[in-house]
Amino acid sequence: MRTSRDAVFKSLADPTRRAIFERLSRQGQQTVRMLTDRAGVSQPAVSKHLRILKRAGLVRYQREGRETHYSAQPKGLAPMIDWMGFYAAFWRERFARLEGVLDRMHE
Amino acid sequence: MTKSAAPEASVVIEREMPHAPEKIWRALTEGPLIEQWLMKSDFEPRLGHRFQLRATPTTHWNGVTDCEVLVLEPNKRLSYRWNASGEEAARGLRTVVTFTLTRTDTGTLVRVEQSGFRPDQNANFHGANHGWQRFLGGLERVAAGLESP
Repeated sequence: MRTSRDAVFKSLADPTRRAIFERLSRQGQQTVRMLTDRAGVSQPAVSKHLRILKRAGLVRYQREGRETHYSAQPKGLAPMIDWMGFYAAFWRERFARLEGVLDRMHE
Repeated sequence: MTKSAAPEASVVIEREMPHAPEKIWRALTEGPLIEQWLMKSDFEPRLGHRFQLRATPTTHWNGVTDCEVLVLEPNKRLSYRWNASGEEAARGLRTVVTFTLTRTDTGTLVRVEQSGFRPDQNANFHGANHGWQRFLGGLERVAAGLESP
């Protein structure tokens, strides 16, 4: 679990990769060329970012003829969301309990 | 052990409670009260005091949190380390929890921030803290909406 979380964090720590991943998440599958047009970096650089995202389980690709289509794998985020989400839910729940304690306390 | 402006992901929860800060402070710092809403603990309101919070162990957690009081401003701010304990200490969580109490017209705004969720020491991460958190929030929604079989 730790390893996959680190991989997810590391791959998304880079703003360009984050932008690529967000774009794939929101706009569906894209080719490297489409991504390069928007990313503001070279095609080899985009390909490298995609490899890193793929290794972290955040994107997958599918070949169609000469084109490779990349798409986001939102499930790849689970290791990270689980971890942060756990504590967000934890504190929400504890605050509710704290209010209960305060209601029962004397001034 | 200050990590200057190291950008770290944090969890922040705020809630307005219709009680005076002095009363909430007691609930945050008196052992028997802490146990009622948070966990069993040997907390003492003393800077540098090391204590543990103990919960029922789960599959992924031994239930113990190692803590150390870092900030103690009565009725205003309480901060302590919140670290994994025992076998989990080396690879586990190393965070800081800070409670901030702000008096309002009708009670107190209670804020808890758990900070120090660190992706790595990667320089690329620097300066991206705000964007990072917003991004995480957005992705949570994306992921929730794309729950595919």
